[in-house]
Amino acid sequence: MIYKVISKKEFAGFIDALVQSNRSFGPRQVATDLRGDAIYQFQPVHSVDEIAFDYSATASSAKHFFLPFQEELSHFHFHGNDWEQQISYEANPVVLIGLRACDISALNILDDVLLNGHFPSPGYLARRKNSFVIGMDHLPLADCFCKSMNHHTVTTGFNLFCSDIGDHYYLSINSSKAFSFLREFETRDPNDDDNCMLVERRKVIQNGFQTDIDVTALPTILDIEFDSPVWEKWGNKCLNCGTCAMVCPSCYCYALTESFTTNLKGASREKKLYSCNLVDFAVVAGGHNFRPKNGDRLKYRYYHQHRGFAENASQQICVGCNRCGRACLAGINPKDVINDLRMEKESCMICVSSSPRKI
Amino acid sequence: MGEKITQQGVPFERLKIASFDFTCCEGCQLQLTNRESSLPDFLGLLDVRNFREISSERHDDYDIALIEGSISRPDEVERLLKIRKQAKILVAFGTCACFGGVNNLKNNHSIQNLIDEVYPGMAIETLPVRKISDLVKVDLSIPGCPVDKGEVERVMVSLVTGSRVTLPKYPVCVECKAQLTTCLFELGEICLGPLTRAGCNAICTSGNTPCLGCRGPAEEINMAAFFELVKERGLSLDDLHEKLACYNAFEPFPSHEA
Repeated sequence: MIYKVISKKEFAGFIDALVQSNRSFGPRQVATDLRGDAIYQFQPVHSVDEIAFDYSATASSAKHFFLPFQEELSHFHFHGNDWEQQISYEANPVVLIGLRACDISALNILDDVLLNGHFPSPGYLARRKNSFVIGMDHLPLADCFCKSMNHHTVTTGFNLFCSDIGDHYYLSINSSKAFSFLREFETRDPNDDDNCMLVERRKVIQNGFQTDIDVTALPTILDIEFDSPVWEKWGNKCLNCGTCAMVCPSCYCYALTESFTTNLKGASREKKLYSCNLVDFAVVAGGHNFRPKNGDRLKYRYYHQHRGFAENASQQICVGCNRCGRACLAGINPKDVINDLRMEKESCMICVSSSPRKI
Repeated sequence: MGEKITQQGVPFERLKIASFDFTCCEGCQLQLTNRESSLPDFLGLLDVRNFREISSERHDDYDIALIEGSISRPDEVERLLKIRKQAKILVAFGTCACFGGVNNLKNNHSIQNLIDEVYPGMAIETLPVRKISDLVKVDLSIPGCPVDKGEVERVMVSLVTGSRVTLPKYPVCVECKAQLTTCLFELGEICLGPLTRAGCNAICTSGNTPCLGCRGPAEEINMAAFFELVKERGLSLDDLHEKLACYNAFEPFPSHEA
């Protein structure tokens, strides 16, 4: 990693040059909600003025730049009694500006699942390699809990990360591409004051969290609480709408369909991002549904998010952005569900009434 | 007409199809002639035996009958029963056929009042509105106001190739989120997206118009939780009832009003 400091004015020039010559996306206000708060999304940007550098959080994550909501994986052409398969792994280069540390952590987790496993995803690899990711730190929102998940800072997975130190950005340069782009602009090596300001900035962020979730030993607690009534309680609220997984930066589950083209001269294999909360997520041949109840489906989402599956070495994949909590119309959010589970265990009357005797 | 289409050595028969309109705007049938880019391919799947919007030829030897509209007159009942006898597969085509549709609002008034208002002093034979499945067995439903031509194409391809016909089981929210649309509840609107079967590609909500549920309920909807969230947000239950009643698509679900 190489560290540099750049004035905000020079930085604006750098970003402007970058977005004018590349397909770029950055945070932009798309609406104002009932409370008068701005709603942001990663949207196409063509000049630096269009980017809301002071944005809070985007409603949806940056996941879909790497895992599109819908994509054709392959196309089949029929010729008489023969056929050929056409697969394209081409990805257009894209510049992504303003991702938070948690968003980048989510990409690192997706890398683990989709690149470092037995069957790396070529489509994901192409998009990941052809992206230029610029991260930006921010003061935590009232409901951010990335610190609990240890994803409030990130040291890898980006090309450039910008920490706001007043009139300047403290740049962490993590790729030769970023380094050579920046050579055209005026930067300097950080001095002692800059370093102090960076440490101070990190302290302010660190101390700014208002939401803390106790995730110690959570995988074990989840295992113990497999049959907890907590799942039914929250499941009864769940609308099965899949919104949580759609806005999540690390949910990657998908559905695969194969269908003929309308002229019957070919076929298409399509992938669609799916959610374990959707009613037919666990339906198998013959129509049997392994998870027919809302509570079961919700439970498995929490299991995947907070306990992890073998394919990613049983790591938690939640990064604590709380996009799911904000987007859920039914008010289901990780903080309340996990706290409920802990309460369930910690207020267990059996344990309280008969502690084992000391020997 | 009637010739076989062979792919990969497998012969497929074109579908002998007929399209009929009842109490409706014929907008769903019109969709059949839409989406020009794939229209020749689509028509290539069909052997159209009776469809007044595209041909003056009339034949009664169809296997598949698309029924558009709801039933609101005695002569419609007779015609429907006759079609049912001929059709091997009877398709409720569009929201009116599937649920009654906007026509169903008629049932909030007495028949005599309606005649006095619309056709004063005229001899009119009219009945309360009924959906197709109230009268005959429906083999397949393609909901939507209007139907989505892409979905109709997929269904027809499935019928030709003998594969399973499926509609999305999940609600509109999935497709809405994929377009990064701002949730209309965030803007203070009641939107039926969380209750309604997807497949429309969130065409209304992505245009900032709340979903009115024309595609009917998704599978396993949680109506109780939906009423709860509308109440918690201080939104109007009258508005909710009005939206739910718009297409009569949520009639089987209890209203959960406190």
